[in-house]
Amino acid sequence: MSPLLYVAQRGTAVILAVAVAVHLGTILYAVRGGLTAGEILGRTQGNLAFLLFYGTFVVAAAIHAPIGLRSILREWTPWRGRSLDGAMLGVAALLVVLGLRAALAVYVA
Amino acid sequence: MNAPVPNAAPRDPTVEPAAGAMLTVRIRRDDGFQTFTLARRPAQTILDVVTAIQREQDPTLAYRFACRVGMCGSCAMMVNGRPRWTCRTRVAAVAEGDALTLEPLRNLPVVKDLAVDMEPFFTKWTAAHGAFEPGETPLGDFAVVAPDSPERRAVDAGIECINCGVCYAACDVVSWNPDYLGPAALNRAWTLINDVRDQGREARLDAVSGDAGCQSCHTHMSCTEHCPKALAPTFAIAGLKRETARTALRRFGARHFRRSA
Repeated sequence: MSPLLYVAQRGTAVILAVAVAVHLGTILYAVRGGLTAGEILGRTQGNLAFLLFYGTFVVAAAIHAPIGLRSILREWTPWRGRSLDGAMLGVAALLVVLGLRAALAVYVA
Repeated sequence: MNAPVPNAAPRDPTVEPAAGAMLTVRIRRDDGFQTFTLARRPAQTILDVVTAIQREQDPTLAYRFACRVGMCGSCAMMVNGRPRWTCRTRVAAVAEGDALTLEPLRNLPVVKDLAVDMEPFFTKWTAAHGAFEPGETPLGDFAVVAPDSPERRAVDAGIECINCGVCYAACDVVSWNPDYLGPAALNRAWTLINDVRDQGREARLDAVSGDAGCQSCHTHMSCTEHCPKALAPTFAIAGLKRETARTALRRFGARHFRRSA
């Protein structure tokens, strides 16, 4: 892993540590409060803070996960080189597209 | 920092083997394990054991040693699954009952029996720019190095490495990634990064970065746990991670921002 990838992974880990805690806290609050899906969507719809939070969360995860996955694959399989790096860029793109699509869907629903 | 070998003394130095006690030693040889039996003796070291076996039972047994007093680092091997200096490890400290299992150092190719080829270890030491780089022209004057400066302290913490290969054998990352430079080479690089006289800093930081470099360390601390000199290569590697990250960010900033400013 290059030093810049190392910095990117550690930096996004800091963001994820906060984001995951807020995310889990929100889930617990919503479930314990007995909110219905409609009531949850009512709170998220058009809520720019919600979109910015989950947008940041998604981008951080999309940077963080492929870097770690690349290291694991290099250690446990013989996969190396440009094909591996390309595949990890693909994983990052997939996470961004799926994650932002989900966040947008809840925002505009 | 360089404390005596912490686990070399017997668990209870007053306990000596009973008269007539025998030791069963399994030794990995080229065609599998071979078992030897010999008498236990007071203050007997693992090196005493293999020497006795070679002299009295099987002169074809291959192993390596030189100084016998913990200075040269050439007698290291796996003792009951842990890498150790055999000259500084007493049988009483490590025998499981009256049994020992001896194997060549892990992560290195075997030459014969208990002797390994150290070439990959030293090739990586060189690849990590382990040699002092004086630069094109010598410094104009003597470098003044304050003994209590942070750089000098960082050097002191790792400078006593004698390249015995124990940390390299203990490292799981080396076993997963044969390209990984390993704790000793990275520790050496860290001592030179902190040497104010050295002129090879930038190239050395490049050499210790990447998939074979310091960023691949998992911080398992096996190297630090097993180092017979009580050094802490893990912290040297952590220092390299910080320094390579700082340098990469500085270069990134210079490349993408200062030019347009």
